[in-house]
Amino acid sequence: MKRITIDPITRLEGHGKIEIFLNEEGEVNNVYFQVPELRGFEKFCEGRPVEELPAIVAKICGVCPGCHHMASGKAVDVVFGVEPPPTAKKLRELFYMAHFVHSHIAHFYALAAPDFVVGPDAPPDKRNILGVIEKVGKEIGMEVIKQRRIAQEIQALLGGHQTFVVMNIPGGVRRGLSEQERDDIINKAKGFVEFAKFTLNIFEDYVLKNNKYVDIILNGPYSLKLHSMGLVDENNKVNFYDGKVRVVDTEGKELYKYSPSEYLDYVAERVEPWSYLKFPFLKKIGWKGFVDGQNSGVYHATPLSRLNAADGMATPLAQKEYERMYSTLGGKPVHATLAMHWARLVELLYAAEHCLELAMAPDITGKELRAPLGPIPGEGVGIVEAQRGTLTHHYWTDDRGIVTKVNIIVGTTNNNAAISMSIKKAAEGLIKKGVEVTDGVLNMIEMAFRAYDPCLSCATHCLPGQMSMILEIREANGELLQRVIRN
Amino acid sequence: MEEPKPKLKLAVYWAAACGGCCVSVLDVHEKLFDVIAAADLVFWPIALDIKYKDVEDMPDNHIDVTLFNGAVRNSENEHMAKLLRKKSRILVAYGSCSHLGGIPGLANFSTKEDIFRRVYEECESVVNPENIIPLSEYEVQDGIIELPVFYNDVRSLAQVVEVDYYIPGCPPQTERLIEVFVAIVTGAEFPPKGSVIGAGNKAQCDECIRKKTENKRIKKFYRSWEIADDGETCFMEQGVLCMGPATRAGCGHRCIKGNSPCRGCYGPPSDVTDPGAKMMSAIASIIDEKEPEEIKRVLEDIVDPAGVFYRFSLPVSLIRRKLS
Repeated sequence: MKRITIDPITRLEGHGKIEIFLNEEGEVNNVYFQVPELRGFEKFCEGRPVEELPAIVAKICGVCPGCHHMASGKAVDVVFGVEPPPTAKKLRELFYMAHFVHSHIAHFYALAAPDFVVGPDAPPDKRNILGVIEKVGKEIGMEVIKQRRIAQEIQALLGGHQTFVVMNIPGGVRRGLSEQERDDIINKAKGFVEFAKFTLNIFEDYVLKNNKYVDIILNGPYSLKLHSMGLVDENNKVNFYDGKVRVVDTEGKELYKYSPSEYLDYVAERVEPWSYLKFPFLKKIGWKGFVDGQNSGVYHATPLSRLNAADGMATPLAQKEYERMYSTLGGKPVHATLAMHWARLVELLYAAEHCLELAMAPDITGKELRAPLGPIPGEGVGIVEAQRGTLTHHYWTDDRGIVTKVNIIVGTTNNNAAISMSIKKAAEGLIKKGVEVTDGVLNMIEMAFRAYDPCLSCATHCLPGQMSMILEIREANGELLQRVIRN
Repeated sequence: MEEPKPKLKLAVYWAAACGGCCVSVLDVHEKLFDVIAAADLVFWPIALDIKYKDVEDMPDNHIDVTLFNGAVRNSENEHMAKLLRKKSRILVAYGSCSHLGGIPGLANFSTKEDIFRRVYEECESVVNPENIIPLSEYEVQDGIIELPVFYNDVRSLAQVVEVDYYIPGCPPQTERLIEVFVAIVTGAEFPPKGSVIGAGNKAQCDECIRKKTENKRIKKFYRSWEIADDGETCFMEQGVLCMGPATRAGCGHRCIKGNSPCRGCYGPPSDVTDPGAKMMSAIASIIDEKEPEEIKRVLEDIVDPAGVFYRFSLPVSLIRRKLS
């Protein structure tokens, strides 16, 4: 028995580790994707006044704090039994579109692009954001930094704190938008739309026109037949901020469509003794183990699953790209894990277009920012789409609004089982008897989980942008057989 | 010609953290090119080299400056804190979690058992009839796999190793970090060890952008949703609890600009030992009542005082944790 340890990989709400066990033949026997961290927000939010939660839970993640703030703000509204006024709802959504623009830009250019624009088997020291800039030109590199910065400026304006937004208050928002600020955002959002179109062109030129890459996407060891989850609006179009959760099966047929308050009937979580992170699954199907296919309870919640679960995009340019993606990849649903990158760019265009729509809405500068509150019903669920999957916050309070219980299912957590299986599949496809485990092999395994963007965005603003790994292959008795280091 | 000075060796590490501190480092934007020109980043798991073993192989004091963010929640965090202490000339507690325990430190209101029971047994979405909990060592079919040991207490960095400087904030303001960085690179004189750097010395209130009348007294405290904030008057004078009196200045009033009261992420100013004690005196001085019964009534408006006073600092506070 041989054993491969990759520790640490990098960020999955903190730290991650992969253990691969090989059999006597040198083939993969088992893979464990471990999350060695727990902070216990569910417990220590108890006893806090519920209106404090949107700011506290934002600290779950410094990379996507806006998602937790929004899911929490919505759950708190329900705890108070109110709907925010239309202006407040639009302001939250406007903030949220900027949050998506910033995150999706960062993920594509610094994490995904090195594998495709530079190449999956390019030398490691080129396979990073600098390598991308070298290939596409410095001007474009500066434009990426600029657009991400502009998206952050919009978030800081609406949300106060540049990282940990404080905009939500029960029944609304704390701050409105002036006409002048609105005009400024309109200009910035127009820039986002152009930049999203430009980014899709880059994807076209560097990936789709390269048969080798298309072959890797469609035929590499990166495909799992999973059910798809995503939030949809009343027309079954993708929505990040509001709507119902729709789940389609591996063949694209609607399995369920439920309101946030019903999530406990549809989603359950399993505990494994070897990871601090739980494993969600579809409750009505049940946990059938780490397997894919129509009978499995495992689903994914990613940009690709959102597109699979919806009937289309709510904005015109994104809808065109949506149609083009599915016609190129052979129709719905798509199960190629690496197609998540394309789906993410279709979403980037939607976020940009919707940001512009919201900024141009006449009532975005309205003065009615908070709904009047009545008695406190004391229980509420808020669901949004985080960049990395469906995010659920569920709060219970006493009649004074003091929190008694909290349940949270985080975006990345949805994909815990799917990520484990994707890594296993890639490892099985790549580590074979007689095959030397090279840096290229490591990167191909890494690509399996990078597609999920498992809260790795931190790594995106950085220069090298490339995770390092040590891979050690040992006999079961601990004797080191091979050590590969990749910087 | 003068020999070029050797480049500064810089390390950034996260323990029990959310990533926000690393984002604040990355938010130097284009200035990152200047940072790279002046310093070699020798260890930064999210960005560069994540080999723990390579850190172990470094000679002692090899790293000039380590920015350590995150609290000490488990055995891996503690191991890395001790290792980086040994390998760094200057160890900086960077951000609220490392400085004070931070938001994860609120877990000290509970015990490890409480947290595990809630997360792995009681959570409404959990299906766990066998009451499985994660184990630090677990034997699978192919061998033993390990997880770090989850401690009962969250600790700040200084509760585990000696710390040279503190840069406060959740996360620290990027502009302050750049100032500190420039000071290090230019060889500016530093305050004595153990000092807070990259922040002001006064309280938030002394520099607040909101209007204060000084002699205003209140008869009631409100929760944020109970009143309409006018957007410009001191929160305390509107009867909304704000941690400004017990918090160090320097954050750029970011929450205040978002019309939200301060929650104390920069920790207490130098002349304040315990933020809770300071807040009690600030509250006492603003209450417009003389009779003990009336004062008691006003104080009852404040829900969850400990959770507000020690929002970011429970592990280093006088109360430190809930006694089990």
